[in-house]
Amino acid sequence: MSQPSFPGSAEAAPVVPAEPPRDLTVQDDTRTAGVPRHRSGGRTPVAPMGGGGALPARRRFGADSVFRWFTTGAGTLVLVVIVAIAIFLIVRAVPAIRADKANFLTHFEWFPNDPTDPRFGIASLAIGTVSSSAIALVLAVPVALGIALCLSHYAPRRLANGLGFLIDLLAAVPSIVFGLWGRDYLVDPVRNLSGWLHRYFGWIPLFGSDGPYGKSILLGSLVLAIMVLPIITSLSREVFRQASGMNEEAALALGATKWEMIRLAVIPHGRPGLVASIMLGLGRALGETIALALTLGGGRGIGIDIIHDGGNSIAANIANGFGEANDIGRSALIASGLVLFAITLIVNVIARAIVYRRREFIGSAV
Amino acid sequence: MTGMTTIATSSSAPPTNALKSRRLPAWTLVAIGVASAVLAVLLFPVGGLMGGGWVLTAVGAVLGFLIALAIVSWAVEGRRAARNRVATSLIYSSLVLALLPLVSVVITLLNKGRTRLDGTFFNNSMRNITAFDSGGGAYHAIIGTLEQAGLATLITVPLGVAGAIYIVEYGKGRLASAIRFFVDVMTGIPSIVAGLFILAFWVLMVSPHFSPTHQPFDSGFAAALALFVLMLPTVTRSTEEMLRLVPAALREGSFALGIPKWKTIMRIALPTALPGIVTGIMLAIARAAGETAPVLLVAGGTPNRNFNPFEGNQESLSVYIYDQAGAATKYGPPRAWTAALTLVTLVFLLTVAAKLLSRRTKLNRK
Amino acid sequence: MKLQRHGILAGLALTATFALAACGSDNNTTPAANAAGGSSSAANPIACASGTLSAQGSTAQQNAINEWVKDYQTSCSGANIVYQGTGSGAGQQAFISGTADFAGSDSPLTAADQPKADARCKTGPAIHLPMAVGPIAVVYNIQGVTGLQLRPATLAKIFAGKITAWNDPAVKADNPSATLPSTKILTVHRSDSSGTSDNFTKYLSTVDAADWTFGHDKTWKGPGGDAEKGSDGIASLLSKTDGAIGYVEWSFAQADNLNVAKVGNGAGEFAELNGDSAGKTIASAQTTGTGDDMQLKIDYRTTAPGAYPIVLVTYEIVCEKGNDTSKLPLLRDFLSYTASTGGQQAIATVGYAPLPESVRTKVASTVDNLS
Repeated sequence: MSQPSFPGSAEAAPVVPAEPPRDLTVQDDTRTAGVPRHRSGGRTPVAPMGGGGALPARRRFGADSVFRWFTTGAGTLVLVVIVAIAIFLIVRAVPAIRADKANFLTHFEWFPNDPTDPRFGIASLAIGTVSSSAIALVLAVPVALGIALCLSHYAPRRLANGLGFLIDLLAAVPSIVFGLWGRDYLVDPVRNLSGWLHRYFGWIPLFGSDGPYGKSILLGSLVLAIMVLPIITSLSREVFRQASGMNEEAALALGATKWEMIRLAVIPHGRPGLVASIMLGLGRALGETIALALTLGGGRGIGIDIIHDGGNSIAANIANGFGEANDIGRSALIASGLVLFAITLIVNVIARAIVYRRREFIGSAV
Repeated sequence: MTGMTTIATSSSAPPTNALKSRRLPAWTLVAIGVASAVLAVLLFPVGGLMGGGWVLTAVGAVLGFLIALAIVSWAVEGRRAARNRVATSLIYSSLVLALLPLVSVVITLLNKGRTRLDGTFFNNSMRNITAFDSGGGAYHAIIGTLEQAGLATLITVPLGVAGAIYIVEYGKGRLASAIRFFVDVMTGIPSIVAGLFILAFWVLMVSPHFSPTHQPFDSGFAAALALFVLMLPTVTRSTEEMLRLVPAALREGSFALGIPKWKTIMRIALPTALPGIVTGIMLAIARAAGETAPVLLVAGGTPNRNFNPFEGNQESLSVYIYDQAGAATKYGPPRAWTAALTLVTLVFLLTVAAKLLSRRTKLNRK
Repeated sequence: MKLQRHGILAGLALTATFALAACGSDNNTTPAANAAGGSSSAANPIACASGTLSAQGSTAQQNAINEWVKDYQTSCSGANIVYQGTGSGAGQQAFISGTADFAGSDSPLTAADQPKADARCKTGPAIHLPMAVGPIAVVYNIQGVTGLQLRPATLAKIFAGKITAWNDPAVKADNPSATLPSTKILTVHRSDSSGTSDNFTKYLSTVDAADWTFGHDKTWKGPGGDAEKGSDGIASLLSKTDGAIGYVEWSFAQADNLNVAKVGNGAGEFAELNGDSAGKTIASAQTTGTGDDMQLKIDYRTTAPGAYPIVLVTYEIVCEKGNDTSKLPLLRDFLSYTASTGGQQAIATVGYAPLPESVRTKVASTVDNLS
């Protein structure tokens, strides 16, 4: 924005001390009615014109600079908050990591509340977090990309809008509701499915457990998959939509079938965007808390199989373990939260960096 | 775009035009569908292959349809057309697959949430309700959700909108692009991390200064702060997008009249973008209202009603669901489901209203 | 114009909020589902102090405390008592750090924690008051099986993972007349630090140290099985999982209508869990502790005929002296109600056994002297 200046009309405005910017609008109503007799805004030095420059605006206390500083402060707040999160989590995590009698990164058990011998490590929680998110993505990504293509290139526009809205509603369902649904409803089908998988595919190590089934990583991953689906869908739909129409038409004109057109003209064009949307879905899955707190069994055994009852994740462990934690226990949970923060921050930064490097789409943040 | 495929057929051609490929008549699709369904029924429920079951039958029928379609289409239309057909079927079936959980959640919600949908539920708290009492309600939780989300909105909106104004109207150089980038990154911060941050910063560090006994205390306000951390990037991002859509001509016209920049923003840019901004805010509120994990950590939860968000534990609907879902009483789960129904209704209303409002905006994307 | 419409919308929302705020209530006057609630009137010396108390700890006494709180708050609307069932370990820590006005615990403070708790009380020691006696029920969910009987050794082997299916010969030997399915056994234990786990493992290590080699602890150290948070978590999992077995306080078994196993006692018989059979075990308990501090020692191998052996005593940990003056009247009045005969009767119907009279009178007099 260029700074407009009207030096000729610059005059000494009534002395208004710096005041909360929210009041400024009200204040101003009574003073002027939008007549152009204001001093110049902005900090651009005013070039004198017709000698009016003799009365420069008092920029330091002018409404404009107050407003400017306020908005700058609000903008910077985002950076402040992110840095503050890191600092506060670190400060609180240090006592726990100091008190830990085991290695925080590699120990598999979580007993921080023992007053004399706190032993805890994030290893099994981290494995649970990563594996549940990974499985969720494996399940969700193909479906999400299918829907996104359907909405962008297959379904008639009106239908696509309606369906897109339904998918958005899916995103609006609070995670506690998905958790409740997973725990009270989905658990029975998943238990049956687990038994079935073990019976016919038990030779695959993933389905090696002979029970008990139910509140397993599989259940948690299914719920997670449903929850990340709308995010990946809405972002990749934007990506697909922004594919070059010229390329698409050219492909079709050369006799490509619709699928070939999509493979040749749509998907290659949007690949970085797709990677970014999947990473954002991953970020969401890694940090999901309450749905997993309700659907994971919470046993501490970890194994390669995904159908055995049990499993835990960093976030779910925080939600479930918080109520009973003592001082060290709470610090330990904060330390695990710090790890989670670091992981999700990295995932998100990479995803956004991909998006920023190639600004194919400006998807609305979900 | 859909008209493009007719290019081969539209040529006025002799009966054996090399360019005109052979197409499967529509009835073959129906026939293949029926045949694969019948085959699946014969194989699985009747034949008892792999345990039967209607889900397996459905999956088998779909798989059978895809395979048969591929074979028939390959034989008649060629390899490329076969691929196209299979891809199209897969894309449409992914849409159905994604709508299944949404439908299931809604049906389960209506079904299980009905049982406690009575006056007692909305007019009573859980005070004096033991595991053996059937009554009780979520009145205190509804109050808590409204107050916490309301407070969070009061804090977020001015700061978020101001931050967006900075990015769009004032921001230049590295600071602005860093802020833009981290606003996006911040949308991916897990809610539990936001909760831990407010726990470490507000509850453990600041709140003791406000307490007569110098003990840290939970409060609804702390929950509002955590929700603020989650809402801030969403509001900033959507406001930023809407402000960018305001035509530059409007601003320039205002500047030309000598209206200072801050006033131009407040009077011209913001009102023009208002419907879109309000939409973004409402979506952020909808998301915040459903958050469980941070509220669980910093608001504490209580069976009593508490109108004062600044003092004492406060319940929220989502925490109420979490508590009642785990309560060892047969009266707990019905309460949880009714509360879930209430919460989802609230969130859906906000979402639908936001989407309707966004249609009214005169600013067009792209 | 558009702004106006938003204004109207906001106004509507605001009005709705206020309307909601006006019509709701905190009073649940619905008659209680069981007869105990509210009906115990004559013997209750409720003087009605007002104020707020916040307490936390053992989930084993959660249902008892909630019952007492309900009775108390029904009589005294000015009182606000919140008890959070966070587990004995967390309750003790919260008491030590001063966030809880009193703690509920199933295990006495450890030697390491006692001085810290005394320090929190400033002028007086922290003492244990036995307040509720809760039998621990062994609950199970096996399709088509009721009246399950388990010898101590069988119980220990099941929880140690040495018996993995319900039709194991050892289980069959205990239940000659039952038809047991081949369902796999899912043992369910507490994921949080809990006095119930401590007492239950104490029982297992006492009666069958050969099979149960994991000692006793507030955190479950046994192998395998499913971990659930709180007795409520175990109970709610048990109510819907076929093949599961777990341990909860009797009260939770009742609230969720769970099947309770008969357990073999030192007299060599299978005892059913009821107020009588639990009372017989408590009658044989020893009182220990110095001064006003009282701890009960349960004999898990009791040979009293008909005695149900797995019983825990849950304590309130309070400051004998040095209580916050703003909290003291309510604390004293509430606890004197819980230690009264009326208070003890009130919890008998929700899965607890009353304290032996000699213990109760001593607790009551200690409570009166809190300062």
